[in-house]
Amino acid sequence: MEKRVVFDGKILPYALLMPQLLITIIFFYWPAAQAVWQSFLIQDAFGLSTEFVWFENYAVLFANPDYYRSMLTTLVFSTLVTVFSLSLSLLLAVQADKQIKGIGAYKTFLMWPYAVAPAIAGVLWLFMFQPSLGLVAQSIRALGFDWNPQLNANHAMALVVMAATWKQISYNFLFFLAGLQSIPKSVIEAAAIDGARPVRRFWTVIFPLLSPTTFFLLVVNIVYVFFDTFGIIDSVTGGGPAQGTTTLVYKVFSDGRLGGDLGGSAAQSVVLMVLVIGLTAIQFRYIERKVQY
Amino acid sequence: MFNRRFMLAATAAAMMAATPAAAQVEIQWWHAMTGVNNDVVNKLAQDFNATQTEFRVVPVYKGSYPDTMNAGIAAFRAGNAPHILQVFEVGTATMMAARGAIKPVFQLMAEANEPFDPKAYLPAVAGYYSTSRGEMLSFPFNSSSSVMWYNKDAFRRAGLNPDAPPKTWPEVFEAAKKLRAAGFDKCGFSSAWITWLNVEQFSLWHNVPLATRANGIDGFDTELRFNSPLHVRHLQNLIDLQRDNTFSYSGRTNTGEGRFTSGECPIFLTSSGFYGNVKANAKFDWANAPMPYYPDVAGAPQNATLGGASLWVMGGKPAAEYRGVAKFLAFLSQTDRQARLHTDSGYLPITQAAYEQVKASGFYRENPYLETPILQLNNKPPTENSRGLRLGNMVQMRDVWAEEIEAALAGQKSAQAALDAAVSRGNTMLRQFERTVSR
Repeated sequence: MEKRVVFDGKILPYALLMPQLLITIIFFYWPAAQAVWQSFLIQDAFGLSTEFVWFENYAVLFANPDYYRSMLTTLVFSTLVTVFSLSLSLLLAVQADKQIKGIGAYKTFLMWPYAVAPAIAGVLWLFMFQPSLGLVAQSIRALGFDWNPQLNANHAMALVVMAATWKQISYNFLFFLAGLQSIPKSVIEAAAIDGARPVRRFWTVIFPLLSPTTFFLLVVNIVYVFFDTFGIIDSVTGGGPAQGTTTLVYKVFSDGRLGGDLGGSAAQSVVLMVLVIGLTAIQFRYIERKVQY
Repeated sequence: MFNRRFMLAATAAAMMAATPAAAQVEIQWWHAMTGVNNDVVNKLAQDFNATQTEFRVVPVYKGSYPDTMNAGIAAFRAGNAPHILQVFEVGTATMMAARGAIKPVFQLMAEANEPFDPKAYLPAVAGYYSTSRGEMLSFPFNSSSSVMWYNKDAFRRAGLNPDAPPKTWPEVFEAAKKLRAAGFDKCGFSSAWITWLNVEQFSLWHNVPLATRANGIDGFDTELRFNSPLHVRHLQNLIDLQRDNTFSYSGRTNTGEGRFTSGECPIFLTSSGFYGNVKANAKFDWANAPMPYYPDVAGAPQNATLGGASLWVMGGKPAAEYRGVAKFLAFLSQTDRQARLHTDSGYLPITQAAYEQVKASGFYRENPYLETPILQLNNKPPTENSRGLRLGNMVQMRDVWAEEIEAALAGQKSAQAALDAAVSRGNTMLRQFERTVSR
């Protein structure tokens, strides 16, 4: 006999779905559609003259060698930030998961940086590493190393990677710590009794059990690097030197907001949107298979 | 976040204050002035409000220059632009091209029957904000120019005469090398705003074209010209001197200015508006001098051009409100007020009369560094190449030029290749701008 509950109403389920759908439509589909529409237009900053140009903005974009350079920059930047922020925060979380004194304070301090706005984080790092005034920069220079992020693209990249990583570590730390604490102690103890050393215990027992968390963080971090880092880049390097730190999202920001090229900027953000959708799809299709829930 | 809250508070305060005299017409004034200059702006509005009961000027701080301009543009698109918008000099072409969005100042003043004589303004100032027919489109407010600041104590230490600063580029290079040898080994000389000083001002000061069509003033169909042998030579000199820190790059904006006040760079080229900072923070004997030039260039030095900002009146407001705006602009151009503005803020006096008044008062004998930029602007009657510059997409273009110069300074490109690339990338942007405004 069928035990399933069946709702006859046609309106109620839609009514219940409505708030969620509305929010999604207003805050995601509407702006996304706007971006797509804008990307087909050439418009002056004031919106006084508008011309519909089909795919011209895209054609211009893909004919521009700088755009491919900024793709490469994004690839380097996002790989570095993701790898560093995930591995460092995992290390910190594993350490914080141990039985030590004053763990509460330790955790609190690790979570603090997350409350700092990206632009502020950028400025903090800038102050430390500004070639002539920064404290850290001065000691690096005193050691005979010609630290010059204003002209050396690698130095500038190192600086934004550090700032972006530092900013994200707290968030990752929080999730890793929660993940670690939800692993049953009995499993780890059993492994210990079997004679597995800490490193082996970590890689064969703990890490696989953390894989859902790691996967989640991987997706979140990549989205973070792609979309949330322009504040840091803007305040630390302004995309320079010579475009050395101009990532895709920073280019969208600087072309659209500073340059007033709304059509080109919209085309870039559509490309970026497609890229991230693709990237996320790949992650769920291929990497998620390795995740054990 | 802060800005928004500030704005809300300011608006709320303005609304509360405006309630008793409900008949008052409110004039919104969005600006980008911080610190001492923010106080000056508020004081001006207050003084104006006290002179009459009909209108009420409400100044609102909107962030940096680009922020303020973007806020104004966004507000215009949303249908509620402020009456007066302060726009920095590089936004001039964008504003001028937006014919439907602005109310030309000369027209506003004529319609409101307020006294207004473009000839009363310093020619360099009036020219910058006027069409080629001499119609002034925006109201000059805070103007500055670029000068060479130098550390007199450092000059003494290096055996240079502190009262005879270098006049030409070769002399600057020589002095910088001596300063380097005397212990300033991280930076002999430097420059803020790398493109403003070393491309834009550099072109005007040497009477060579930055771009065709009088640097864009005569039309938007302009092409860049700053990859000439003279420009290449200057950049090559900077590249060569960069190797041993005789020249040291200080970034695209003015964030490196602290290198002068901290004593690290004894010669520093930047805006005359740096005055307040130098006065407050430099713990050494300092002075400024006109920008250097190459003596073998015929006619150099020519005349410098402006930095700073002007006030744009936004379009589409009722006539009654425009009457108030016109009254306020007339109030701002009074000689006493301009003279005070100049001596308080360090910005240039924008009218001839105000300048004469300050000069007659003997103020420059005590503060000669406030006169240097004016002397530079008035050095010679402006030519086709030195009236000013008016290029669309200027904010974005400056970044592109700076990128190429950075690549050259970092040794990735030759001076010629970098300037060629800067010119060709800039031209693409100019064509795009031309296309968006020509319809």
